[in-house]
Amino acid sequence: MRPIDRDSIQAELDDRLGQELYLHLETTTGSYTKLGPEKKNPVIAFVRNARISYARGTVTGTGPYRVGLKLGEGWVYADGLTDYEVNERGELLLAGLDCEGQLTMALQLSQTPFREGQTDVE
Amino acid sequence: MLSEAKGRQPDAAHGRTVPFDAAGESAVLAVFPHPDDESFAAGGTLALCNEAGVRTVYLCGTYGDMGRRMGRPAFTNREALRDVRTVELSSACAVLGCELGFMGLRDKCIEFEDPADVAAQVRRVIDEMRPSTVITYYPGHGVHSDHDALGHATVLAVRALPAGLRPRILAVAVGDPNVLREELGEPHVRADIRGVKDRKLDALRAHRSQTESMFAHMNEDAREDGQTSNFSERLTVREEFYVLDADAPTLVERARG
Ligand SMILES: [Zn+2]
Repeated sequence: MRPIDRDSIQAELDDRLGQELYLHLETTTGSYTKLGPEKKNPVIAFVRNARISYARGTVTGTGPYRVGLKLGEGWVYADGLTDYEVNERGELLLAGLDCEGQLTMALQLSQTPFREGQTDVE
Repeated sequence: MLSEAKGRQPDAAHGRTVPFDAAGESAVLAVFPHPDDESFAAGGTLALCNEAGVRTVYLCGTYGDMGRRMGRPAFTNREALRDVRTVELSSACAVLGCELGFMGLRDKCIEFEDPADVAAQVRRVIDEMRPSTVITYYPGHGVHSDHDALGHATVLAVRALPAGLRPRILAVAVGDPNVLREELGEPHVRADIRGVKDRKLDALRAHRSQTESMFAHMNEDAREDGQTSNFSERLTVREEFYVLDADAPTLVERARG
């Protein structure tokens, strides 16, 4: 992953306008917050492989960045994005990483379903 | 007969902690949900078994694909993490002399599967290797929902076996040891792992994406105190377990009412 530059992300979002896409959207504090000094409750949500299509997609902010995707009947919104990568499968991976390199947010778009199921281990 | 409050083993309820005796085991199965749980929770115990020539198997529930640690600084991403962690786990198991199998469940979602299905997967491995002991997380004291759910399924798997074929269940409780002692009493079994401490640390280091930041902080703490931190002592001196009675309802079952 490398730091987001807005122009590249905007171009990636524009490339995918109107396409049938698979979405991975996630935010996480990690599951072990109860063990921390403040004993906070974990706050975690993810949606994996939801089908979406957007007519307008925009990246904003000066870092961390926000992305909003305007759907036919709703929105996808993410704040706190810092890093990105387009992987070998052509998937656009946007992430928020904290100073320890831990993922706090993910917004990902793919033309094919994100990987699920078992890996064959010999 | 059973101390019904906690589901403790009757003979372990006297408050005497017995040492873990690797030579007394015929085979040991570890069942945890994530790559690295085996090293954190039982790496020393698995290494002790390996030194004693006892077969060990780690049945890993998920690929740890929803973990938030990506290395420090991050060197992987959400989609590549499962492959990174699978390779890291193979290396860690090589360090511990442990065979490895995966259940292929989705990280964070074990509690939403049918516990009977998950238990059946654990049962297949028990039937194949006939362990004398199964190590898993203490259901209800795992902190992570996957830890609780897979610990619970493991108890169900043992419960389904005829009495003579049941392995002993050693459960790992997660959290502040003093708080755990108040809630659960003294651990029933304690493994002295000082002699295999380096193997445990090497196994943990093999989980680079997950432990890089922990080791960095340990080194910083050590520089500040001029000594090892509490946490690193807890990791390298002993591993403690509660013996669970397979017939007693687990805390996961009791919470469901
Ligand atoms: Zn875990």
